[in-house]
Amino acid sequence: MNFLQLTGSTILGFFRAVGHITHFTIIAVSHCFRPPFYFRLILRQIIEIGYYSLPVVGLTTLFAGMVLALQSYTGFARFAAGAESSIAKVVVLSITRELAPVLAGLMVAARVGSSIAAEIGTMRVTEQIDALTTLSTNPFKYLITPRIIAGVAMLPLLILVGDVIGIFGGYIVAVYKLGFNAAIYLQNTWDFVQFIDVFSGLVKATVFGFITTLMGCYQGYYSKGGAQGVGTATINAVVSSAILILILNYMITAMFFGA
Amino acid sequence: MTTPKIKLTNVHKRFGDNVVLNGVDLEVMPGESVVIIGGSGTGKSVAIKCILGLLTPDDGDVEIDGQSVLKLSTTERNAVNAKIGMLFQHAALFDSLSVWENIAFGLIEGEGMAPEHAREIAIEKMAAVGLTEDVATMWPADLSGGMRKRVGLARAIAIDPEIIFFDEPTTGLDPIMGDIINDLIVEITHDIGATGLSITHDMASARKIADKIAMLYKGKIIWAGPVEDLDKADNALLQQFIHGDAEGPIDFETRTG
Repeated sequence: MNFLQLTGSTILGFFRAVGHITHFTIIAVSHCFRPPFYFRLILRQIIEIGYYSLPVVGLTTLFAGMVLALQSYTGFARFAAGAESSIAKVVVLSITRELAPVLAGLMVAARVGSSIAAEIGTMRVTEQIDALTTLSTNPFKYLITPRIIAGVAMLPLLILVGDVIGIFGGYIVAVYKLGFNAAIYLQNTWDFVQFIDVFSGLVKATVFGFITTLMGCYQGYYSKGGAQGVGTATINAVVSSAILILILNYMITAMFFGA
Repeated sequence: MTTPKIKLTNVHKRFGDNVVLNGVDLEVMPGESVVIIGGSGTGKSVAIKCILGLLTPDDGDVEIDGQSVLKLSTTERNAVNAKIGMLFQHAALFDSLSVWENIAFGLIEGEGMAPEHAREIAIEKMAAVGLTEDVATMWPADLSGGMRKRVGLARAIAIDPEIIFFDEPTTGLDPIMGDIINDLIVEITHDIGATGLSITHDMASARKIADKIAMLYKGKIIWAGPVEDLDKADNALLQQFIHGDAEGPIDFETRTG
């Protein structure tokens, strides 16, 4: 195959994949607004995606907040006397705008995206999805819609909890390790944080929840080739979710805070 | 003239360059049990998936009860599927549901029946396939191959279907369990008066459950007739297949999985 053929087939393959994902997305989203709704399955996914992700999100944001406080303190000391007083502001701004949504989004993509892709992929290769169809049940409504609804609903809540835990992590280091006054630190945090900081993080969380569940469902739904195919689908779900999260994070940041 | 329960007319299906079905014609009359035989990769599963609506043929027509089913809306297709039961090759039980929930799935999700009532029917169907009530709360992962087939069969007949499809019903089972499953298939389809369409390469199974046999080779039905005529048919391909001879006219290189 010569260079032109290779380039052409790669470009065509890319657009084919984009078209395929777009088609899948349109069908999946349209089913989110059309009955029947499987409330029991949505609730199960809310617990699976939301409740069971709390520990990993909590740990991630706690240590992110702690490290941020420590790094800011040592970093600021290098170039401006008294800049250490800005630590509370740096922590709250970084956590709410970036670290909580992105780090927690990536952790949830790894935990939830892989789980969804593996479960739906296994159902695909063992003909369970075909069985759903023959039992007059739409696989999109039964498998995909509940996961997307739960992902979109739960990620913002997780990130909200992550914001609080992350700020608390910074508070622990600032107060108990660096000797800051607790009341002043909290006052600085409260005075500096704005609605837009938290809101932009929640918008990101909503988008990341959608992307993570969508890519998990898509990769699982079209997996083939037995155990190896399910493994590939799982890897693709996590990698594609992570890349899309990073790209969309920049785009949403530019939308809210771009000059 | 009686309308065929299932009718395939000139059905074609290909995947890329691989032509799987190349003009399949087949009629299954009401109450009849037809078995499609053929080697691995000859398109038996593809043919059955085209009838079930899991695959769309590239050309030709598929009719159920005289109605073309290829261009139906989702609602219309679900109405057709409500007449159909399917036993998958490896049972395809839902891992996340218990045995009785698997069997009652079509009743609860498809027909909107109350779970309590559906559970009672599931227990009845379990009894019909020789499973005791204590199996009802077990999980598919805890079942043996034979039990999984029985649960799959109970699920297939739970909605009292007019048509039942059997995909390799004895694959993966020991000969005795295979024979027990064959007996169950014959007994149950007879009891509920269903039309049966099976695919298999197990000739013992085919002879036991079929009224009529059709052989698929290179994407076409090359022979079809009553099971009694099988041994005296003047078709070298059929004779090689049913006797399992390594030597003969069947071109093994055409098999692509």
